[in-house]
Amino acid sequence: MALDSNLQQLLFGRLTLEALPLHEPIVVVTFVGVALGGIAVLGALTYFRLWGYLWHEWFTSVDHKKIGIMYIVLGIVMFLRGLADAIMLRLQQAIASGGSEGYLNAHHYDQIFTAHGVIMIFFVAMPLVTGLMNYVMPLQIGARDVAFPFLNNLSFWLTTSGAVLVMISLFVGEFAQTGWLAYPPLSGIDNSPWVGVDYYLWSLQIAGVGTTLSGINLIVTIVKMRCPGMHYMRMPIFTWTSLCTNILIVATFPILTAVLALLTLDRYVGTHFFTNDGGGNPMMYVNLIWIWGHPEVYILVLPAFGIFSEVVATLSGKRLFGYTSMVYATACITILSYIVWLHHFFTMGAGATVNTFFGITTMIISIPTGAKIFNWLFTMYKGRIRFEVPMYWSIGFMLTFVVGGMTGVLLAVPPADFVLHNSLFLVAHFHNTIIGGVVFGLFAGLVYWFPKMFGFRADPFVGKIAFWCWQIGFWVAFMPVYILGLMGVTRRLSQFDDTSLQPLFITAAVGAGLIGIGTLALVGQFAVGFLRRKDPAYADTTGDPWNGRTLEWATSSPPPAYNFAFTPVAHDIDAWWDMKKRGYSRPLTGFVPVHMPHNTGMGVVLAGLATVLGFALIWHIWWLVVVAFVTLIGTAIAHTFNYNRDYYIPAAEVAAIEDNRTRLLAGKVTS
Amino acid sequence: MTKVSSTSGLAGEAPVFFLTETDEDHGHHETGTNLGFWIYLMSDCLIFASLFAVHAVVGRNYAGGPAPVDLFDLNIILLSTTALLISSITYGFSVIAMQSGKQQGTLGWLAATGVFGLIFLGLSLYEFYHLIHIGATPQVSAFLSSFFALVGTHALHVAFGIVWLVVLLVQIKQRGLIEANQRRVLCLSMFWHFLDLVWIVVFSFVYLIGVL
Amino acid sequence: MTRVKALPFLLLLAITPLLSGCQWVVMSPSGYIAEQQKNLILIATGLMLLIIVPVMILTVLFAWKYRQSNKQADYDPDFHHSTKLEFAIWGAPIAIILVLGTVTWIATHRLDPYRPLTDIGPNTPVPAGVEPLRVQVVSLDWKWLFIYPEYDIATINELVAPVDRPIAFTITSSNLMNSFFVPALAGQIYAMAGMQTQLHAVVNEPGVFKGFSSNYTGHGFSYMHFKFHGVSDSEFDAWVAKARAADDVLTRSVYLDVERPSEGDPVRYFSRVDPGLFELIVNMCVPEGSRCMRDLMHDNSNRISGLGRMGNPEALAAARLEKALAADALCTPEVPQGLTLAGLSTPTSAFSAIKIFSE
Repeated sequence: MALDSNLQQLLFGRLTLEALPLHEPIVVVTFVGVALGGIAVLGALTYFRLWGYLWHEWFTSVDHKKIGIMYIVLGIVMFLRGLADAIMLRLQQAIASGGSEGYLNAHHYDQIFTAHGVIMIFFVAMPLVTGLMNYVMPLQIGARDVAFPFLNNLSFWLTTSGAVLVMISLFVGEFAQTGWLAYPPLSGIDNSPWVGVDYYLWSLQIAGVGTTLSGINLIVTIVKMRCPGMHYMRMPIFTWTSLCTNILIVATFPILTAVLALLTLDRYVGTHFFTNDGGGNPMMYVNLIWIWGHPEVYILVLPAFGIFSEVVATLSGKRLFGYTSMVYATACITILSYIVWLHHFFTMGAGATVNTFFGITTMIISIPTGAKIFNWLFTMYKGRIRFEVPMYWSIGFMLTFVVGGMTGVLLAVPPADFVLHNSLFLVAHFHNTIIGGVVFGLFAGLVYWFPKMFGFRADPFVGKIAFWCWQIGFWVAFMPVYILGLMGVTRRLSQFDDTSLQPLFITAAVGAGLIGIGTLALVGQFAVGFLRRKDPAYADTTGDPWNGRTLEWATSSPPPAYNFAFTPVAHDIDAWWDMKKRGYSRPLTGFVPVHMPHNTGMGVVLAGLATVLGFALIWHIWWLVVVAFVTLIGTAIAHTFNYNRDYYIPAAEVAAIEDNRTRLLAGKVTS
Repeated sequence: MTKVSSTSGLAGEAPVFFLTETDEDHGHHETGTNLGFWIYLMSDCLIFASLFAVHAVVGRNYAGGPAPVDLFDLNIILLSTTALLISSITYGFSVIAMQSGKQQGTLGWLAATGVFGLIFLGLSLYEFYHLIHIGATPQVSAFLSSFFALVGTHALHVAFGIVWLVVLLVQIKQRGLIEANQRRVLCLSMFWHFLDLVWIVVFSFVYLIGVL
Repeated sequence: MTRVKALPFLLLLAITPLLSGCQWVVMSPSGYIAEQQKNLILIATGLMLLIIVPVMILTVLFAWKYRQSNKQADYDPDFHHSTKLEFAIWGAPIAIILVLGTVTWIATHRLDPYRPLTDIGPNTPVPAGVEPLRVQVVSLDWKWLFIYPEYDIATINELVAPVDRPIAFTITSSNLMNSFFVPALAGQIYAMAGMQTQLHAVVNEPGVFKGFSSNYTGHGFSYMHFKFHGVSDSEFDAWVAKARAADDVLTRSVYLDVERPSEGDPVRYFSRVDPGLFELIVNMCVPEGSRCMRDLMHDNSNRISGLGRMGNPEALAAARLEKALAADALCTPEVPQGLTLAGLSTPTSAFSAIKIFSE
């Protein structure tokens, strides 16, 4: 018997049958649903013989456009999970009032809000932002791919690997019950002994490596691969914000890596970095994680600002107002975001002068942000505004985000923060900026570049339904949350004695439901567009459906693998607008072979091994840790022996693709 | 690559809107690798910076356990520092040999670098073994935790560098000093000198200041 | 597009009836500190609305006026720069932030929770001879312990203070990081194990107010609340007498029992408290025979001497044992009065070290 249990421990670490949460009916039902859905999808893929297509055309692709789309798909799938979590939280808080414990026990509830935060930031916002940067930025600078195409594929799969580990935690074991930043001592081994925090640590660690590598990749792409004539001060604003975001990624994710590694050591080895005893200092963790955490906010929102700059200028039919000040504002925000982290814990007792310093640096960030808002405003001024769906999101953003910005500055005043810190007011504030800023921006970007990605538009009517559900849903969901904060209600509570709060929580839950409907419509607009893709009102044969200004609209929709048959030359800030204005004619002859990187399955293999490694580490299956680690290193080394990484698309093939486009464009002219 | 004037737009001048390219137009990938690797090193530098910051905060929290003066034998540290510094010099010679196209010289100096790296790694491991043997384990105090994390991370990097170096030896042996291999030698060179630099800081901040 | 603009306000109108009867405690507090914090919120909000409201109005106005179908509106596709305008759009936020920054500087120093009170109301200085009520707050898993050192009593989950007498809290935690918060009284401050924070406040109106932890601490967090009673002096004396009549006493060993994790604990009184218990908790050496952090840190400055370099495990072990014994001797309940937290790594020192390195 003892031998058996020893053997079991050797083989499976601490993984036992009890790790399956069979006692949680909600999880079991979810599992059955996911399993059935999964089987259906796998069956359909097999039935339609799509595995080979997926593997060869997508999973192993090193094409930045396909990787970008895969990031976006990952982000949307994880968004559905994060949204389901959000609706469950809202329901619990609406029900659990005046003695009712609600339908979620504390153990389950605590996991849900932790998972909601982690998923929304790391596996929704990050993949969507990275996906759009991946897709759009190389096109905007007239490049054929990113600087390191294989690394790009690997980064994507590492991010996916982290997401997979988080999803596994739903059905095997548990997720962290610590809040999304896992402050010690709560996340230490004494207070969180089981696997939840380990899932958190390893999934973020693996995804974080992917993010850092992607950051390096995109910086080098922007610095080295801009087309001739595209100086820094001619780059589209979205490219500028991508550059700043990736600089922030490279400058902060290593700190996250380090601090998570130290917490891992505390948990696995018994060191004393963040413990209460042994000379450890939990507040050191709080400092370090926010040195990453605050710039992370700007990592997410800067690309969204870039998207609004593109959308507002294009759909107002005007050049962006104040390009130069926009660039400087972006750079200011990038630098300032690094020196404000302490405003996340004024209540630590750091002393008035320190608090004032960080309060005022935080307020200073609102100056360039305010300047940006004015720039968009004056871009609309004397424009010809087309109310397409991306413009709805942009105006919705401007009206929503300013309120979030205002409450943010309010929270930056230390004595005000003393009464608002960790309250539902804070929760409402950051949802106001993240939904009103990042999410609206990403949705605007998705709709705006959707025709570029697939060659047909999303359905505008369904798109407007999505917008109105989100816009109204947001205010219905979060106005009550602001008010609850002013009523002195703190965050992360699973139940409330005071029944007078319940109407507000119910209102908030209704808002969450509206957002849920908006999300269905959001996906629906793409589905309807797909069904009507042949309809001339939907199909984009020109490659330039919005009368665009930047180079991504100069090529076909979707662009060929090589993006541009001939590298474009930029002469002005809005290079493509300038080309159209000055009678650019598309070259029809003289095509040459195009040098391209080979596809490779190595990214999938390495990330798969990383997932196995992470799982083994979480469950203390040490033999598997060794096997996975050695295989991972061995495979990576073996990959370096592959020197045959690129090929040429023959000139004839390029010519055929371009001739086809010529016919498409001509068809448009005659119809 | 075609030469293009980027200041066109003046009246009368016919603007050039695209390049008529030739096959050589992929030279920028090489410089991209150097820049990319350099940025990677900067990100790695931030990991070390975080560990140094941690050491600055908790490096004196001995929690009743031993302090640096009780633990560190500067003679051994001096020896390992010398080994690492010499390995940087030998790496330099290897790059010089590579630039004059001498494959045997490159390989020889790289191998010498590896040997000195191994000496350094051996001494580090010996120090760890010794500390653990006398009971000064990472679990004793925050000071020892951060000491082991910082020096251990550095040692891990050196170990990784040695593995890379061995792989590179095989690859140069197989394919000679082709462009791709030259690029790799230069990247590893940056990595190696970077580790040397980090070690100097470790040596000064952790060992010297700790003992003084 | 006007509907976008009107939306939040319509919603506010719709929600207002729901709120009648609800109390916005942050906006109508009962303590002078919280009152000033509320005023600061209003001032800051007002300042920012100066810029937010015009932006919102202009957004809707421009969006409406320059819509594509309005052919009467000017269309100037080359209008993308105006030095005057750019001056204004940077200048306006800068001006507001200058004012707000100044307000922040003054308010942050005046409302520093570590600063002993000089006033108990607008233009009402602390009366001469009135000493602040000292309360030692310990957050346990998952309940609150309040020690009144002057009265030698302690309570679980009930805090009582006389109206208009300044209160000086010293706050720590037994394990997890909590945040001590009574919204009606004053802003919050973290309760951290092995560290000590302070809060000065005063309650100006009698009443019963909510108090709780506002930093999430795991399983029992939702139950981690208490009632704060603002009472008259005579009521306070009666309450003290009631606590003094309780059967329980809070000795070191009873504390260790109380400290164990529990959820939803009832109010409980202790008629006597072991002297120096709070300092022992801060130094994490309540169990008899454990070594205090203060002494461990003290040892550091002396360092272990006479140890062979890099060798002699026996000598090291012996030295550590000896030190452990010495620490024990130091950390007895009889001496802790003079204890200070020197050598403890405070958040401020952690912060400054990190700041140096990150620059």
